[in-house]
Amino acid sequence: MAAPLSLEHLTAHYGTTKVLDDLSLDVGAGELVSLLGASGCGKTTTLRLTAGFLAPTAGAIRLGDTDLTRLPAHRRNIGLVFQNYALFPHLSVLDNVAFGLKQRGMGSAERTRKADDMLQRVGLADLAERLPGELSGGQRQRVALARALVIEPQLLMFDEPLSNLDAKLRVDMRVEIRQLQRANGTTSVFVTHDQEEAFSISDRVAIMDAGRIRQFDTPEVLYQRPSNAFVARFVGFENLIPLTSATRQGSIVHAKGDGGISVVLDQEQLGAVPDRFTLATRPDGLRVSPDADAEGIPSTLGLRTYLGRAYHYQAETPAGHLVAAGPLSRPLDIGATARLVPELEQCCILPAEEAP
Amino acid sequence: MTGRLHPGLIAFAVLVYIFLMGPLIIVIGSSLSDTTFLTFPPQGLSLRWFERIFEMAAFRRTMVTSFQVATLATCFALIIGIPAAYALNRYRVQLPGWLSTLFVLPILVPEIVLGFSLLRSVQVGAGLPVFSTLLIGHTLLVLPYCVRVISASLASFDFSIEEAAISLGSPPWKTFFTVVLPNVRSGVIAAFILAFITSINDVSVALFLTGPGISTLPIQILAHVEQFFDPVIASVSVLLMFLTVAVMAVVERTLGLTFLTK
Ligand SMILES: Nc1ncnc2c1ncn2[C@@H]1O[C@H](COP(=O)(O)OP(=O)(O)OP(=O)(O)O)[C@@H](O)[C@H]1O
Ligand SMILES: [Mg+2]
Repeated sequence: MAAPLSLEHLTAHYGTTKVLDDLSLDVGAGELVSLLGASGCGKTTTLRLTAGFLAPTAGAIRLGDTDLTRLPAHRRNIGLVFQNYALFPHLSVLDNVAFGLKQRGMGSAERTRKADDMLQRVGLADLAERLPGELSGGQRQRVALARALVIEPQLLMFDEPLSNLDAKLRVDMRVEIRQLQRANGTTSVFVTHDQEEAFSISDRVAIMDAGRIRQFDTPEVLYQRPSNAFVARFVGFENLIPLTSATRQGSIVHAKGDGGISVVLDQEQLGAVPDRFTLATRPDGLRVSPDADAEGIPSTLGLRTYLGRAYHYQAETPAGHLVAAGPLSRPLDIGATARLVPELEQCCILPAEEAP
Repeated sequence: MTGRLHPGLIAFAVLVYIFLMGPLIIVIGSSLSDTTFLTFPPQGLSLRWFERIFEMAAFRRTMVTSFQVATLATCFALIIGIPAAYALNRYRVQLPGWLSTLFVLPILVPEIVLGFSLLRSVQVGAGLPVFSTLLIGHTLLVLPYCVRVISASLASFDFSIEEAAISLGSPPWKTFFTVVLPNVRSGVIAAFILAFITSINDVSVALFLTGPGISTLPIQILAHVEQFFDPVIASVSVLLMFLTVAVMAVVERTLGLTFLTK
């Protein structure tokens, strides 16, 4: 039973501190959306508001046709999976999974059957009689998943469910979660601060910072076309170069920056280039050229690091400290002067950063 | 550190045991004496002093009162103490730090002072009957212990478990009974035992609050030894000890079992 979730202009406070600031988010029916952001940016708070453990100071929460904003937590029909599993230590695995069914007034025989089925699906059928304390971390997380899924919730929410597991298990489990979610078609919100995890399993990702969503889009778009400097840095565009358009000829724009920076951009590759903007590249999108007279960013090279496919150089430029890549065939030394030339297919244009 | 126990350590442990068990052995030994005076080691073996308890109405009466007061006061203290400990831990971040200190502060008040002030204000002042005042006094006496012990076991309780239960459809009040209480069971049992023993052995508070009609066993023992020196007080003590252990066993069983079958 898939229902779309919509968070509308949510503001939340802890005491007098504002932790969510006019946050809006729409999750389509059956979609899996991740909330991604650094520690303390408000991911858990967003989940707690949706689950009903915290009341928003402003805004509304809607799930399908129901307005959840004022509905008590125990009547929201949302399945939660916690970072620390939060299994009931005094109940067997089977009773943990059957707990939600019992609350719904289901008879003992039927809930045992359903809980057993669910344990089968997560591969834990033979551990039904164990206590949670007798399980491994991965098994506990599966029980938590089964417990949340068995009530057939309209919405599933995960709060960093995999961060207590080791790297290998984390990858296995996220695939498993995605498969179960797909099979059930349950609308889901997944909180994580691991970019790879978010990008690999989500339909769309909301990148959060300081209680706001900075960009909400598919992983592909976020990775290639971040819309602001915060998201750009977040997805690895380490080099942000403030520029001004000087001359335009057809789709070609000559842009200039501080200290003799001069680059040629093609709007057919980059989209519209405004008069003032920031050019963003990853290290691999900024090529080191020993030809000191070429167009580009004048620089003095610093530390060189070997990355297998290329060298990376720490470079001092008029636009500040940048990281650029150079070919393995021609290593350059510390102190050499060089031009840094952006590879247009790996660049993106951001609105000019406001002066702080 | 090696795995072998140092002989000195063993000797020390043995000494501690002797020190702890000594009084117990002396009391049990004296209670079995055939003499008319309190002596250890016992001279001759007999159960006559146990029979004597039941011939003395005062001992029987006060023993019943003591058990009634201890049971009721402990239950009241738990009824107040469990929610208090819960609130103190659940809302620890929101509540001011001194609040939990406030709950254990009464431990610092000398019990005699507690007894005396209750006598003045409740018994004489409000004119409450002896038994009720005694009950109030003992509830106050054991409440801090209940809050403290249950708080200690709630301190390691993960409250996200409670939220998990609520998200699965369990109303908050019900969650308290189905999820919170079963997980602090050992704390509740420990609090019960500690409170019960404190109440049943109390002299200082009861000294002021017992009247001519109603008294507790420790007060009766006190009154008895002021006039007699026979082994009956030893046998009363032994009986009290065994009854207390029996209550503990019952509590452990019933609380343990009912929680587990939930
Ligand atoms: N109970 C609370 N009382 C006061 N402030 C809180 C409380 N819980 C969280 N905060 C604050 O609210 C902000 C958002 O917290 P939140 O838990 O939502 O972050 P998060 O994104 O989930 O971080 P993490 O990745 O570390 O879990 C933080 O600055 C945090 O300090
Ligand atoms: Mg969090």
